[in-house]
Amino acid sequence: MPAVLLPTPHLVHLAPVDWAIILFYFGLVLVIGFYLKGRANTSEDFFLAGREMTAWVAGLSFLSANLGSLELMGWAAAAYQYGILATHWYWIGAIPAMLFLGLVMMPFYYISKTHSVPGYLKLRFGEPARALSSVCFAVMTVLMSGINMYSMALVMKVVLGWDIHFSIWVSSLTVAIYVALGGLRSAIFNEVLQFVLIWTGALLIPILGLVETGGFAGLKARITTNASSEYVHLWGTLGSFSDNPMGIHWTGIVLGLGWVISFGYWTTDFLVVQRVLAAKDIRSAKLAPIIGSAFKMFVPFIVILPGLLALAVLPMKLTGEAAAVASGGHSYNEVLPLMLARYFGPGLLGLGITALIAGFMSGMAGNVSAFATVWTYDIYGARIHKNASDRQRVIMGRWCTILGVLISIATAYLVMQFLSIMDYVQALFSFFIAPLFGTVLLGMLWKRATPAAGFWGLLAGTASSVGMWLWVKINPAALRYVALSPHARDMAENMYRALWSWIVCVLVTVIVSMVTQPKPLAELAGLVYGATPIPSDKHVPLLQRPAFWACAVSAVFVVLNILFW
Amino acid sequence: MESKTPISIWFFVGLTLVVNGALILGAAFNEFVTPVPVASRVVLYELHAGLWWGALLLVCGVAYCYRFRPWKRG
Repeated sequence: MPAVLLPTPHLVHLAPVDWAIILFYFGLVLVIGFYLKGRANTSEDFFLAGREMTAWVAGLSFLSANLGSLELMGWAAAAYQYGILATHWYWIGAIPAMLFLGLVMMPFYYISKTHSVPGYLKLRFGEPARALSSVCFAVMTVLMSGINMYSMALVMKVVLGWDIHFSIWVSSLTVAIYVALGGLRSAIFNEVLQFVLIWTGALLIPILGLVETGGFAGLKARITTNASSEYVHLWGTLGSFSDNPMGIHWTGIVLGLGWVISFGYWTTDFLVVQRVLAAKDIRSAKLAPIIGSAFKMFVPFIVILPGLLALAVLPMKLTGEAAAVASGGHSYNEVLPLMLARYFGPGLLGLGITALIAGFMSGMAGNVSAFATVWTYDIYGARIHKNASDRQRVIMGRWCTILGVLISIATAYLVMQFLSIMDYVQALFSFFIAPLFGTVLLGMLWKRATPAAGFWGLLAGTASSVGMWLWVKINPAALRYVALSPHARDMAENMYRALWSWIVCVLVTVIVSMVTQPKPLAELAGLVYGATPIPSDKHVPLLQRPAFWACAVSAVFVVLNILFW
Repeated sequence: MESKTPISIWFFVGLTLVVNGALILGAAFNEFVTPVPVASRVVLYELHAGLWWGALLLVCGVAYCYRFRPWKRG
C-alpha cells in the first residue's frame, strides 16, 4: 500500500459550522452549474461563454484560473523556504507579461476570432504548428490537473484526516458536473466566486499575523533572528548565485522568469487566455488582463506573507516532505494550513478550508475547460470529424470535460504510486511553454515569419529544452553550462533552460523564414501587427482606457519593487 | 413592473458572503458568550476576529445581494 494511504494524525478538527460552510459552497457551485445549463446550447456559448463577459468578470476569472491549490500552498511553502524572493513569481514573473497580453497580444487573439491558442497558430502558421501545440497542450493540461488533484488530496489528508480517495472523487466530480453542464460560462462564474472565497478565507491570516509580529518591521526583525536577513530582500541579494536562499542570479530572474517563462505562461497558455477570449468586446478583452494584473500584484499578501509570518512565529522548524514523514514533523507544504490552525476558530476555519478547496477547483475547472476546447476544436474538429455540426461539438465538449476529469483522476492515482512522475510532468510542461511564446510572438509581430518556420521553430525550441534537461539528468556537471553556474539550484536551471529554448526557437524561426516563402499580406489580416487595423481607444474617456490602467499598474509595480528591494 | 433578468454572478457572490458571514458571526458570538478553555484557544483569541470578520462579510454580502438582486424592478 502506498504510504500516502496510511492513516496519519491530522492537524485540525472541523466544527459543525465549518462543515456547514464547506457544504454550502459545494451546493452553490452545483446550483450555478444547473442554472447555467440552459445557456450552453451552442459551441460559442459552451466554449467561449457566448463572448459576453465584462472586463471585470473575465479579469477575475483569468486570475482565478491560475490561483490553484498548488499555487496557494506551494508558494506559501516557497516563501517559508526562500523568503521574499518567492514574490518575484507574482511581480516581475507576472505583471509585465499580463500587461503585454492586454495591450499588445489580446487584439490579435480577439480580432482573429480564434477559439484557442493552437487555433491561432493554425490561422497564422498552418496545420502542422497547430497539431504539435494542441496535442502537447491537451496531454500536459490533464496531467497537470491530476498532479494538482493529488497534491490537494494529500494536504486534505494531512490537515483534516480526510480519506484521499474521498477528496479526489468528491471535488473532481463536482468540477466535472458544473463544467459539463454550463461550459466555460459556468467555469467562469464559479471562478469569480472562488476568487472571492480565496480572498475572504485567506486575507485574515496576514492581518492577524502582522498584529502578532507588531507590523512589517517586527516581522523582518523576527525573520532575521530565526533565519537570516537574506530572506527579506527582493533584489538586494541577487548579485551572486551563492548570496541568496534560492541560488539564483538576477539575470535568471529577469530574463528567464520575467521574460521567457512569465510571458510564455501568461500570453500563450490557453488555460488563462481562454478566459479573456470570453470578453464581450475588444476593449474588455484588453482591460481584463490589466484588471487581473492589479489583483495579482496583491496576491503575495495572502500567499507569500503567510509563509514569511510562519518563518517568524511558528515554534517548530518545517522541513521537506521526506524529512517530515521520517520525523513525524510538518513539511513546508503545510505552512498555510498551519497558519489557519494558529489563528482561526470555528467558522473562520471552515472558510479557510473552503478557500483551499475553491483554489483547487478553480484550477481544475480551468484545466478541463481548456482541455475540452482544444480537444474539440483542434484535435477532434481538425483531424477526426472535420464536418462536425455545432451540436456535435457541444456534445463532444461535454464528454471531453468528463473524460478530462477521469484522466486527471487516473493521473492522480498514478502519481500516488510513483511520486517521481510529478517531477517529470512538470518538466514536460516547461519544455513546451517557452518555445511556444517565441512562435506566437514572432507570428504576431513579424509579417515575414513563414508557416514552415512556425512549425520548425516550435519543434526545435521544444527539442532543445528536452535535450538540455536530459543532459543535466545524465551528467549533473552540465549544470554549469545550462544554468551558467555549478551553484545554481533547480529553479535557476528551469529559468535558464527556458531562456535557451526560447532563443533556439526564435533563431530557427528567423533562419527558416529567410529561406522559405511567406504568406501573402492579404492572408495575414487580423493576425499580424502591421496587417491588422486595431480599433483606437482615443474616443474613450481616459479612465476607461486600457493603456491608462496599464500605466497605473506599472507605477505601483515599480514602487513595490523599490520598497522591498 | 417586475422583470426577470438572468441572475448576475455578483448576486451569487453576495449570497456566499451573506451565508458565510452569518455562520461565522454566529459561531464567533457563541464563543464570545461562552468562552472556550484557555488551552484550546487560538492565538489572538482575545481579538475575536470571527466577530468582526463575520460582520464585515455579512454587510458586504447584503449590499451585493441588494445591488444585484434578480427581482429588480425594470
